Formats: sequence, structure tokens, C-alpha cells
Amino acid sequence: MKDVTFGQYYPTKSFVHNMDARVKLLLTIAYIVAVFLVQSFHFLGFVACLLFLIVATVLAKVPILKMLKSIKVIIFFIVFSAVLQIFFNNNGTLLAEWWIFKITDIGLLNAGFIAARITLIILGASLLTFTTSPVELADGIESLLYPLKWIKFPVHEFALIMSIALRFIPTLLDETDRIIKAQKARGADFESGNIFKRAKALIPVLIPLLISSFRRADELADAMDARCYAGSKNRTKYKKMKLSYRDLLGTILMAGLITGVIFLNKFYIVLAVVV
Amino acid sequence: MPLAKLENVTFSYDKKINVIKDVSLQIEKGEYVAVIGKNGSGKSTLAKLLNALLIPDKGSVTVDEYSSANKKQLFEIRKRVGVVFQNPDNQIVASIVEDDVAFGPENLGIPRKEIGERIDYALNAVGMQEYRHSSPMHLSGGQKQRIAIAGVLALKPEILVLDESTAMLDPKGRKEVLDTVRELNAVHGVTVITITHYMDEILDADRVIVMQNGKIAMEGTPRRIFSEKEKIKKLGLELPLAMRISEELISRGLPLKEGILTREDLAEELCSLKRKI
Repeated sequence: MKDVTFGQYYPTKSFVHNMDARVKLLLTIAYIVAVFLVQSFHFLGFVACLLFLIVATVLAKVPILKMLKSIKVIIFFIVFSAVLQIFFNNNGTLLAEWWIFKITDIGLLNAGFIAARITLIILGASLLTFTTSPVELADGIESLLYPLKWIKFPVHEFALIMSIALRFIPTLLDETDRIIKAQKARGADFESGNIFKRAKALIPVLIPLLISSFRRADELADAMDARCYAGSKNRTKYKKMKLSYRDLLGTILMAGLITGVIFLNKFYIVLAVVV
Repeated sequence: MPLAKLENVTFSYDKKINVIKDVSLQIEKGEYVAVIGKNGSGKSTLAKLLNALLIPDKGSVTVDEYSSANKKQLFEIRKRVGVVFQNPDNQIVASIVEDDVAFGPENLGIPRKEIGERIDYALNAVGMQEYRHSSPMHLSGGQKQRIAIAGVLALKPEILVLDESTAMLDPKGRKEVLDTVRELNAVHGVTVITITHYMDEILDADRVIVMQNGKIAMEGTPRRIFSEKEKIKKLGLELPLAMRISEELISRGLPLKEGILTREDLAEELCSLKRKI
């Protein structure tokens, strides 16, 4: 479980790491919009997105291999949606047929298109978590959600819950590992049997995990109380978010990408008419 | 005037069984106090009463004029009495060391610049300055516990309470934490109350308090407490290692003097014995 890289922070100093978390969050959303703006089968638009991503990755000094590993977790999901597209698309020219499954050229194109879209989105999102520490991320979200305070949304509490959740992921993974080992030592069997049997075998892992999480929460609450925590009232912040030229450059680059994608969409139509 | 005072404190969690029974206690500035006792003797409850995490049913807890009976003064007490608990993993709030140390001062509403200075002070005091920007997850147990201590120190408390803070650590981690705490007491003048069940940890305390069934059973210097061997054993506690060894040696006929407490005492005595031969 330790080599799951999606959602992890890659600590180093780089252009992207030093950008403002709020800007990075907004730019990631803009990037996802850009990926969705690419119209069906205009693969050139994806090439533009990929170029943007490569530039950003190089600027972030995140190893390409590390980036690619982040897809590993959801590779099943990508393949699954691609396969669904291949088999259940009846439009276009029929290429092959077997029982109720038909493979058409449009189906194949669609599959490739969807797979490329998901991959690009995941890569973009993991670049955000690679370059932004959980605390910065939580602070950024808190700052962006600040207007919601007007409708009495507990913005600070929401951000704190999120950062504590992120903080405890590795702790709980360790704990899970320990419980699994303890249950194995008592003869529990997690590897054999069908999927239902295996799911049932996990119950003796999940219950102790749940109980210990409650105990941890209790102790954490005491520790926070002992350190004078009293909600967001009169609280100061040590980390201050500051905009810099990097954020401007990043935004310009993103504006370029979106313009490029829109232009390619139009250009494709012109190209199609010419052909 | 004592820094902290417990007067006739009685406390129960369920309004039935009193965990603390009519305890009175005074802590002087700069003292190093150790609290020992069997499981369920009320030691940890005592820690939580001291920093107003729990409020006594009867009696009063006062720290520097402030009483925990007054709800408005709770934070004044918590600011002055910092508690470090047993499991470092469950006390660290943030994923980066400096952010975690900043948590307390942030709660107090301290200006940014001063928070930076307090982080410097706290991390220096526990000797973890070089880990300022790392993630606590990758540190050892002893280092994590030192970060937890720094998180409390950043509040600039007058009293540091360690509630079995070394119980989950390996011997190396335990030594790290103990050395840090001793230095805080000696160099920085922080009053220390350490709650523990390791007898060897209390030997250099100024005063030892032995708890039993929610009451103070014995109180005095370590030397005085451990001079009443039979009473200590009756309370279900162990004697320090050096003491047990010397007892064993004496019972096998070695002419050692009585009252050996620390390892240094024992080494000294054995050497002088060798010189005589």
C-alpha cells in the first residue's frame, strides 16, 4: 500500500512548489475544464494538454516515473471505461461482431478518447498534490471558500478536518498493516476464497481499525484542547499565502492552453471541411 | 506562593466512583516532580485536572491566580500548563513539523512574526531545529515525542506535564525525551511534572508523589521514598534497578552499604569494595 503515489506530496523546492496554493487549485480546475473542452476525437487538443502537463512537470521537478505511478491506482478504472466504450457503442462502421458485442471504428475512437481524458485529468490532479503540501492545500481551500462564511458555512473547521484527515492517512495505513499482521498471526486467511469470502475476512480488520480510530480521535481532541484550541475565533495563521510572478506566469500559460484548445476545436472543423 | 495548587480535589468520571479523592498538592516554580502509582491510581486524571481538561467535582485547582472552576479562565490555565500525552502520533496535528509547533500559538492568536520566533525557541529547546520542514511521519518515536513537547513549549507554559510520555518509546527514544526534559527544567527553568511507571525515571526528581486509589500515599524526595522499601512493594511498585541489584547482592552476602539508589551509587560502592580487597 506504501507505493500508492496518488495524493501524495513530493517535497522539493521548485517553481511550481513555490506557487500559491489557491492559484494552483484554480489552475487545476481550469486545466480539467480545458481537458473537457476538447471536442470528440480532436486528439490534437489532448496533445496541447499533454504538452502543458510536461512543461508543468519539468518546472515542478517531479520525476516523470513518479507521475506515471500515480495512474497505477486507477489503471483498472481507465481500462474498464475504455472497454465499455468499445463494446457498447453501436454507431459507426462495424469492424467485428461477437454475440451481443459489436466493435465499431467510432467505438474504438471513443475508447481511446475517454482513456486519454481520464489519464490527463488524473495526471493533472496528482501534479497538484505532488507540489502542494496537505496543509497548504487545506489553507488554500479555506481561503477560496472564505466567501461561504456569509452563509454560515464552517470554513475553518472544514479545512481543519481535511488537513487532519490527510495527516492521519499514513498513520491509519500503518495501523491497518499491523492489524492485518496480528490477525494473520492468529490464523486469519485473507488471500483465499472468492471475493465475498475475502470481503468477509476483512471484517476482523475493519472493526479494530474503527475502534482504534475513535480512541485516536479522543486523544487528539484532548491534545488539541490542551494546546488551547478554541475554533477559528481570534486565531492567527503562521503560513501566509502570497501571490508572486510565478502565479502570473502559470495563469498566462493556462490561458494559452485554453485558447489553444478552443482554437484547435475550430481549426479541426475547418480542416474537416477542407478534407 | 506555589505556582499550582490543588485543594481537596475530588473527581469522578461517572459520578459514582471517585478516581481522585480529596487530594491536596502544591507545585513550586522550577520544581521537578514525579508522580508514580499503579494503573488506575489516578495519575493521568491528575494531569488532566492540572490543565483544566477536567474540572474537579469538589475542591479547586488554581494555577497562578487562575481557577479551573471559572470557565473564562480555562485558557489561561491551559496556556500555563502544557501536557504531553502518551502516544505522539495522536498529538501531532499537522503534516509538517513547523506547522504542528505553530498550532498552539496560532490558537492563542499570536502575531505571525512572534510565532516564527516561538517555533525557533521550541525546536531549539528540544534539539529538533534541523527537522523544521520535514514530515513527522518519517521521524522516530523519540523524535516525534520531542516534536510534541515542542508543540507544547511554543505556548510558553510555566509547567510541563508529561503523562506517561515515554511509555511507548524504545530505550533510546526514552533517553532522548528524558534528556530533553531534564535540560528544559535545568536550563530553561520550566517546572516539570512527570507521570510515569518507570522507577528509574524518577530518581533525579526533586520530589516524588506516590498515588494509590486516588489518594497521595507517599510524598518526598526519591531517597526518602525508596528508603521505605516494604511500603513501596506493598503499593505494587518496583524498586529502581540499582536498588534491586544491591538488595540481591546483599542477600548473597556482599557487604554493601544500605541506601543505594542510583546506578552511580552502585558503581561507586562496588568500586570502593574492590579497593578494600
